[in-house]
Amino acid sequence: MTVTDPAILKLTVNNHPGVLSHVAGLFARRAYNLEGVMVRPVPGGPPHLSRMWLLVNEEDRLQQLIRQTEKLVDVISVEQHPMKGSVFESTQQYFT
Amino acid sequence: MNDTDTLAAPPDHKESIAPSASDNGVSEVQSRELSGAQLLIEMLERQGICHIAGVPGGANLPIYDALSGSSIKHVLARHEQGAGFIAQGMARVTGEAQVCFASSGPGATNLVTAVADAMLDSIPLVAITGQVPQAMIGTDAFQEIDTFGLMLPITKHNWLVHSARELMEVIPRAFELALSGRPGPVSIDIPKDVQNELIQVDVLPQPGGRLPDPPVLDAEVDALLARISAAKQPVLMIGGGIVYSGATQELREFAEQLDVPAVQTFMGLGVLPADHRLSLGMLGMHGAPFTNLVLEECDLLVGLGVRFDDRATGKVAAFCPQAEIVHVDIDHSEIGKVFKPVLSITADVGEVLRMAVERLQPATRPQWQSVVQGLKRDHPLQLDGHNDLFRPYGAIKAVASLLDERANVTTDVGQHQMWVAQAYPMVRPRQWISSGGLGTMGFGLPAAIGMALAQPDRKCICFSGDGSLMMNIQEFATAAEHNLDLKVIILNNNHLGLVRQQQTLFYRKNLSAVEFEQRTNFPMAAAAMGVKGVDLSECEDPHDALRQALSEHGPCLINIPISETEMVFPMVAPGGANKDMITGAPA
Repeated sequence: MTVTDPAILKLTVNNHPGVLSHVAGLFARRAYNLEGVMVRPVPGGPPHLSRMWLLVNEEDRLQQLIRQTEKLVDVISVEQHPMKGSVFESTQQYFT
Repeated sequence: MNDTDTLAAPPDHKESIAPSASDNGVSEVQSRELSGAQLLIEMLERQGICHIAGVPGGANLPIYDALSGSSIKHVLARHEQGAGFIAQGMARVTGEAQVCFASSGPGATNLVTAVADAMLDSIPLVAITGQVPQAMIGTDAFQEIDTFGLMLPITKHNWLVHSARELMEVIPRAFELALSGRPGPVSIDIPKDVQNELIQVDVLPQPGGRLPDPPVLDAEVDALLARISAAKQPVLMIGGGIVYSGATQELREFAEQLDVPAVQTFMGLGVLPADHRLSLGMLGMHGAPFTNLVLEECDLLVGLGVRFDDRATGKVAAFCPQAEIVHVDIDHSEIGKVFKPVLSITADVGEVLRMAVERLQPATRPQWQSVVQGLKRDHPLQLDGHNDLFRPYGAIKAVASLLDERANVTTDVGQHQMWVAQAYPMVRPRQWISSGGLGTMGFGLPAAIGMALAQPDRKCICFSGDGSLMMNIQEFATAAEHNLDLKVIILNNNHLGLVRQQQTLFYRKNLSAVEFEQRTNFPMAAAAMGVKGVDLSECEDPHDALRQALSEHGPCLINIPISETEMVFPMVAPGGANKDMITGAPA
C-alpha cells in the first residue's frame, strides 16, 4: 500500500443516521488529523449505502487509522485513492 | 431520576395474543400485537438473560412495565453505575453478554463509567437506556441528553432506535457484536414512544450470538512455531484474550510442550497458576523483579491475546530490548499499534493454540530454563509482612488460606488491587476480575454482586480500599436485599493509598489531598444497609473472626486497618523502563 501525503480514503458505509458521527468520533478521540470529508448516498447502487471520502494527514499512523476505521460497524470497506480522480481534486475551487 | 409522566400504559400483553392455530390443525405463525417494550423483554428472554441490573425512571417506564411479568429477575441497583458494574460482574465470570437498564439523562450519564470500563477491558455488556420521545428529541426536554453521542466513543457500536420494528434487527445484532471478535460493550437508546409503539409481530428473530471467527491458516501456525523453535530464549506474554477465548487448557499444553516460560498480564492472571513451573507471574509496573528481568534477556516475545498496555510494557522503547515480537490477537487494529511485530496472526488465539498444539514438535530448553530459574531465585517477589494479618500481603494470604480455588476474587482500584494481583494465588481463568484498563474505583462491590448473582455457589471475595469502597458503597443495600454470599475485605488506611505512594515517591513526599480527615466507620455503614460488619482490629481473635466471617453465608464487610505508609513494590515509575524498578521506600 503506497502512502500519499495527505492520504485520501474512499469508504463505503451504511447510509444510517449516525454513521458520520461514528467516523468523525473515531478520528477525534484517536487524534487523527482529518482535513476533508465528503459524503453522499451511492446513486444507482443499493439504497442503503453511502460513499464517504476522507482527506487525512497521518502518514505515520495511516495503517493504524485504516484498521481502526475498518472496525467501525457501519464501515463496509476502506480503500486508499490517489488525489487524481478523487472528489477532493475536482472540488479544490470551492475551498479557496 | 424517577420522573413519571403520564403516557398511557400499553395494552395488556395477554389480551393481544391472536388465535394460534388454523382449523386444519397445522399451526400457523402467531401474529401478535406487542409494544416495543414487550418485544424488547421477549427478545432479552430469548437471549437467555436471567438477571438485569438497572434503575427505572421516567423514560424507561414502559420497559419496566413489560419486565414485571417476565422470567428475568431484576436487580434494583442503588445507582446506575452500580447497575453497570453488576452486569459487568456477571459478564466477566460467565463470558456471556449481560444487560443493564437506565433511564434517560442522569440515568444514562451515570451508566457511562461502567460502559467505558467494559470497553477498555473488552467485556460484553449491553446497556439499554430510555430516551425522551422522538418528537421531543433536540428540544432540551426534561432529562434529555445526547446518549447516542455519549456512548459513541465508549462502545463497539451503539444505536438510537427509531421504531419498534427496528428493535427486531438491533437487539440480536447488539448481542452478536458484544460477543463477536474482540468482545465489548454496545448501547441501545430507546425513545419512550418506540417503547410504547404497538406493532404486529409474527416471528421473533433468532437470538444473536458470537459469529464464527476468521479461519487460521496452517502456514500461519507453522510460521509461529518456526519462530519459537528458532529462538533461544523465548517468552510467552499471555493476556485476557486467552481467558475470553476459553483457551487456558490449550495455552498450558502449548507452553509445556514447547517448554516456554510465560509472563501474564493483569487481565491474564489465572491462566497459568502462580505455582506452575512455567509461570513468571505478572509483568510490568508492579511485576516481580525476576519477571521484568527475564524480559530483558528474552530474544522472542510471543504476545498471545494481549494489547501491550503501557502498565505492562513500561517505556515502549526499552521493553524487551533484545527481543523480536510476535503478536496473535483477534483485533486487527491491535497489530502494530504499539510494536511492529516480525510475525502476526489476526485470529482467535484459542484457535491458533489448538492448531499449534496439534502441529508442534515438543522441545525442551534446559539452558534457558536455568537462566530463568536463576533470575527467579536471585530476584524474587518480596511479600513483606506476609505473616501479619494487619499488613497488606498478610491479610491477602490469610484470606486466601481460608478459601479454596472455587472462590471468585475481585478488587477495587488502588494499592490493594496491585497487592492482590501480586499475592493472591489465582489458579483458573475468570476466577479473577478487576478493572484493568479504565481503573475504576467503585468497581469492586457491584462487580462482586454480579459475580455472586451469576455464580451463587461460589464465595465471592472483593478486596477493596477505603477510598474505592466509598465510590459505590450504596450497593451494600443491593447485596443485602439478595442475601448474596459476598465478602468485602477492606484494607483500610484511611487514605488514597496509591496516590499517596506516588506523591511520596515522585512528588517530594508532598502529600496533597490524600487523607480522609473524616474517617468512615465502615462496619457501621455496612450495618446501616443490612450487611454484617466486622472490624478485625476489635476482635479478640482476629484470625478466628476472619474465618467465621468468610465461612458463614451472606454478605459481610471485613475491616482490616493497615498503615498508610505501606507501599506496593516493586514499582516502575510511570513512563519509566521496566528494568528500573523501585523496590523500597526512599530514606
